[in-house]
Amino acid sequence: MNRAEILIIDDEPQIRKLLEITLESNGYKVLQAETGREGVIQAASHPPELILLDIGLPDKSGHEILKELREWYNKAIIILSVQNSETDIVKALDNGATDYLSKPFRTAELLARIRSAIRRNETSNKNTVVEAGDLQIDLAARSVRKNGELLKLTSTEYNILSLFARNEGRVLTHHFILKEIWGVGYQTETQYLRVFVGSLRKKIEENPDNPRHIVTESGVGYRFQ
Amino acid sequence: MVVNSGYSLQILYILIPIFMIVNKSRNVKLFSTGKLSPKIQYFLSALTVVIVSLVCFSFKNLLDYKIVALLLLMTVSVVAMLFEILPVLLAAVLSAIIWNFFFIPPLYTFEIGNAEDVLMFLLYFLIALVNAVLTFKIREAEKKARFKEEKENELRLYNTLLNSLSHELRTPIATILGSVDMLKGNVPKVSAENQMELLKEIGIAADRLDRQVENILNMSRLESGTLRPVTDWTDMNELVHRVIYKVFPCNTHQLVFQQNENLPLFKIDAGLTEEIVYNLLQNAVQYTPSGSRIDIEVKHESESCVIIISDNGNGFPATEIPLAFDKFYRLPNTKTGGSGLGLSIVKGFAEAQKGRVTLGNNTTGGATFTVEIPAETSYLNNLKNE
Repeated sequence: MNRAEILIIDDEPQIRKLLEITLESNGYKVLQAETGREGVIQAASHPPELILLDIGLPDKSGHEILKELREWYNKAIIILSVQNSETDIVKALDNGATDYLSKPFRTAELLARIRSAIRRNETSNKNTVVEAGDLQIDLAARSVRKNGELLKLTSTEYNILSLFARNEGRVLTHHFILKEIWGVGYQTETQYLRVFVGSLRKKIEENPDNPRHIVTESGVGYRFQ
Repeated sequence: MVVNSGYSLQILYILIPIFMIVNKSRNVKLFSTGKLSPKIQYFLSALTVVIVSLVCFSFKNLLDYKIVALLLLMTVSVVAMLFEILPVLLAAVLSAIIWNFFFIPPLYTFEIGNAEDVLMFLLYFLIALVNAVLTFKIREAEKKARFKEEKENELRLYNTLLNSLSHELRTPIATILGSVDMLKGNVPKVSAENQMELLKEIGIAADRLDRQVENILNMSRLESGTLRPVTDWTDMNELVHRVIYKVFPCNTHQLVFQQNENLPLFKIDAGLTEEIVYNLLQNAVQYTPSGSRIDIEVKHESESCVIIISDNGNGFPATEIPLAFDKFYRLPNTKTGGSGLGLSIVKGFAEAQKGRVTLGNNTTGGATFTVEIPAETSYLNNLKNE
């Protein structure tokens, strides 16, 4: 079996060990780098399927490493960051990070993020039907079904949902969604986004007060799953 | 008429101690001019001396030149209470020169006519300098005493912090280390069921540690003064639901949130506000008996987002209410768990958003916390209905 390779760039040996054990026992091949410089060299000589990049590296900031990598590396990069650093996270996502995880993170969350990021590497934009739990979004037919039943969405609601569906499992920043749906110039008009996400939730969620599909990532954006 | 030098000496003897006392009780803001820039201090002290000299000069015919010396000395004393050492020395030297030139006969020369006056001039000069230096030293000593007092207060606070935190941090660490030792060394002796139990305890302890570290980080963000609210349009109904469902799964208390459908979007810092709601709920659960009911309400009132959290517990002792938001304050005789930081973080995060938090007791029993955060609003969400 061809095992997916994951490169960990993190200066903390304990975190690397934990990630190594977790990932190895879930069938991934693990490569490790202690510094940003070493990470870039390793990634260049042997491009992995996914990179886990710590934002707080000792030699260079993770943001710089991310930019360097993004000049040529187009597979998934998941940022590891500490809590309370929403601005850091948003910056990294807007600079091309695929997703992020806050330390301390839970293993199940880590594996879900990795699976979804790798899946996107393989299938980017090929799937026309996205399934998420009881939801079925047909991107070709522009239709949405919940438990097989067709939902009536306004065109903006559909556009937002289809953007989410094409980025299933991945966090999207407010800035990114606003730019994609309303275009440049609307990037700070988050009140529109709140309103439409609210009305979308009422239609697609079992319990809109405790949403399962469109999850709010406080201070960062939304994640569709 | 010439004022007798004996009287004026008596007056000075009375006046100088009074100035010293006034100066010592530093509550009088008038006298804390030490913060003025050096240039202004030099200018003001020279100006004072010149003005007093001019006044004396215009009454030259009434005042003996020896009295003028005493008046100038007093002026230097007053200047010494107000300014740093160098401007005071300037005043001392300047007043000596002025006295010599304009008052000691022969007038308008630096010459001094008789031996007694030479001695007087030298004494004047010495007394002015000694006066300046002594006053300065007294002020330095005062400053040191104040500094020491501040340090002691800081130390007391720091000790409270250490006591409270060392307990809050060490308990979960002890749990983790103890459980790990058991799992490492005694696996054959510990039943599978107990092994799971130990692992569960490790998880709980780590969560508790994480929460405490979060509190400490929040507190230090507040204390460092680097906290800058990042405001964005926020759906408060969503925020409260999120805290209730995700951050706060609670099965010992009854949490009731009556969603307000007419609530506008508020432009506030969602992260800080989430912490506020979380900490208030955490506090309510911690300090009310199991099974108590906790009500959450959000309103738009007088240009503010108003969050009201009330419980039907035992309420707050009236004497303790003013202390409730103090750092590390905890109600006397309360159960362990909690660092005494929660409510001070609530207060800090509310104030960081130019808002406030108040606490009162309900007439029906229990306590009510009210948070008001002034915010822009948008009723966009209510206008659009498909």
